[in-house]
Amino acid sequence: MKKYFKDGSTYVWLTGAMASLSMLLVAGLFLLIFYYGFSTFWQSNVATVKLKDGSYISGEFKKEGKNYNDEDTIQLKIGNRDLYGLDFRWFTKKNIDSVSYDKELLLVERNEWGVFYGFPKELQIGNESIIYERDKDRFYQILEQKLKFKKTVVMKIEDLEHKISKINYNLKNLDLERKSSTLERKEEIENEVLLIEEKYQVLEKRLFEQADKLKNIKLRLYTSDGLEKTLTLENIERYLKPNSLSILGKIGLYFSKIWEFVSDEPRESNTEGGVFPAIFGTVLMVLIMSIVVLPLGVIAAVYLNEYAKPGKFLNLVRICVNNLAGVPSIVFGVFGLGFFIYGIGGTLDQLFFSDALPSPTFGTGGILWASLTLALLTVPVVIVSTEEGLNAVPKGIRDGSLALGSTKWETLKNIIIPSAMPGILTGLILAIARATGEVAPLMITGVVKLAPSMPIDSFFPYLHFERKFMHLGFHIYDVGFQSPNSEAALPMVFSTTLLLILIVITLNLTAILLRNRLKKKYKGMI
Amino acid sequence: MSKAINIRNLSLYYGKAKALKEVTLDIEANKSTAFIGPSGCGKSTLLRCLNRLNDLIEGVKIEGEITISGTNIYDPSIDLTNLRRNVGMVFQKSNPFPLSIYENIAYGLKIAGIKDKSKLDHVVEKSLKGAALWDEVKDRLNESAYGLSGGQQQRLCIARAIAVEPTILLMDEPCSALDPIATAKVEELIKELKKDYTIVIVTHNMQQASRVSDYTAFMFLGELIEFDETKTIFMNPSIQQTNDYISGRFG
Repeated sequence: MKKYFKDGSTYVWLTGAMASLSMLLVAGLFLLIFYYGFSTFWQSNVATVKLKDGSYISGEFKKEGKNYNDEDTIQLKIGNRDLYGLDFRWFTKKNIDSVSYDKELLLVERNEWGVFYGFPKELQIGNESIIYERDKDRFYQILEQKLKFKKTVVMKIEDLEHKISKINYNLKNLDLERKSSTLERKEEIENEVLLIEEKYQVLEKRLFEQADKLKNIKLRLYTSDGLEKTLTLENIERYLKPNSLSILGKIGLYFSKIWEFVSDEPRESNTEGGVFPAIFGTVLMVLIMSIVVLPLGVIAAVYLNEYAKPGKFLNLVRICVNNLAGVPSIVFGVFGLGFFIYGIGGTLDQLFFSDALPSPTFGTGGILWASLTLALLTVPVVIVSTEEGLNAVPKGIRDGSLALGSTKWETLKNIIIPSAMPGILTGLILAIARATGEVAPLMITGVVKLAPSMPIDSFFPYLHFERKFMHLGFHIYDVGFQSPNSEAALPMVFSTTLLLILIVITLNLTAILLRNRLKKKYKGMI
Repeated sequence: MSKAINIRNLSLYYGKAKALKEVTLDIEANKSTAFIGPSGCGKSTLLRCLNRLNDLIEGVKIEGEITISGTNIYDPSIDLTNLRRNVGMVFQKSNPFPLSIYENIAYGLKIAGIKDKSKLDHVVEKSLKGAALWDEVKDRLNESAYGLSGGQQQRLCIARAIAVEPTILLMDEPCSALDPIATAKVEELIKELKKDYTIVIVTHNMQQASRVSDYTAFMFLGELIEFDETKTIFMNPSIQQTNDYISGRFG
């Protein structure tokens, strides 16, 4: 027995088991997120349930469970929040009389109150009316036609909104100019403002006209328990007949929903629609962070490794740098708020944007300050791996370069730093991986639940670093834990998590591929 | 003055340890001079004094004087870049840069500010021919230098050193990491090169010293024991210690 332990084979087994356990946990996590993340977009059939008391209700089966009496229960997503007040209901299985899947059942995605499950009744266009029961084909034909019409109207509305935002932008600039100009100029500005406001009125009128066009078209529906609901075209995002969809139709729908998810703006306090602004915010923030952290970390590491005199003080500095990597991220957030936002941002406002005060321009959270805060958070990682990279460059190569008459700086620039590139990129990879997933410091340096405008748009200077932005990590927190309707938002949480993981993987993979190419180049350097 | 290098009373300290003890030595131009001696006798240290590569090591202190073509190279006004361009060096371990073969040779010139492509092409070809490597690499100049064999890499380093047209070439055990065939090639090259350059070579291999050098200095524990023509040192040394070392009785 003693020999057995001395032999060490138990420890091999133990280490192997631990490694497998970790792998299993990671794989399990990924599987869970992939499964739920991707199944969000799958449209299942919508059941119509007849209860033993004779009433009907429609919805999608979500999950099964047991109640406190140990009876089997089943959860139904019943939608129609405006009528029922809640999206989900549990039913005891023994109370269910029968379940049917009606081919004519309609699922309508709306821009408010969530989905609607029910049956079509009538389509009203002004005074004209099409009764569903009389001519089903014509009913859908016209509905389809009107939804296409809606798309053109929406495009017009977006165009008008863009023009209006331009006007607002001009008005704001004029307003700022007025504060600091001569009397004469002030009068000119007043006139200009009047002109612009006139234009604004015209545009606004046209906008309302377009919106009215949509309001005039109404879809009347009723639920399986007989309640009626009238939707205007404005409310309807899309409709489908889930129970009569073919498998191909469902697959098509699946992919169109994924596309909607990554390319659309969020609706209904983020629980529906897409997450495009959050993707954009996350990626832009990581890019700005990388641009800042790379030179910062590399220059610091070069100084520490090449120029600083070795000794106790240098060791102390190294220890501090290493410890900096362990500081809780929220502390960096608070530092960012105090130093960047109130300190630098506040000063910038006073120096360059004093016209706009007291409303802050840079003196409030924004994508630039959030990125800089994250750059501070990740700079130790870059310093440490860059130093490792620099140390790995053989001394012979340095001597060789110096012996050819190049100065220390030329040697660094031409030979040492390029050779240390794999190490530097390793640092960047770690920094990106950390920064993408970090949420806490962002919450106080510029992330918001819903950003009114993106950090990049068509107005000068195109890149608006001072703007607030959306972020996938914060989106997960907000949708999952701050939403009043968290049960309905659950699928969204999984898909957003999945997306965040995929973005981290993509960013990492790019950097890893780059590093491997460089490693290949420097292979054989001993 | 036919002497290329004059070393006068040169002492070197690593911290408190004295690694070179009042070495005085004159090295002839366009000849090859070998430094021999057991490990740790200071021969590499002496060699690295000649292009001031020891300056970079923490805690090194140097006394005495080295003059190369009449100038004291430890004078504070000396330009290190010019000195090192004049005194090329080849190291024990081949140390090509992580660049292409072409870029390796052109590196010294580019550092010196030469950008003219045709001039660079010319020098690269001339240097590679001078290092007897041209025929082997002329078709793959733009490939990584790490694709070459050990012997080729060492000849590449020699080519790189002569590309900046030095007058003196220092070699620190250039063949110690090479196989016999590659060694023979490099030795052949050294014999060729001494027509144009003053060569100072450090070696552990006494046969090599006798084969390639005209003069030999025997060092022991930081002191120069004996310096004379190679023939004399190997056939008829005047000091017993030298004789013992050469005949393999110690070291």
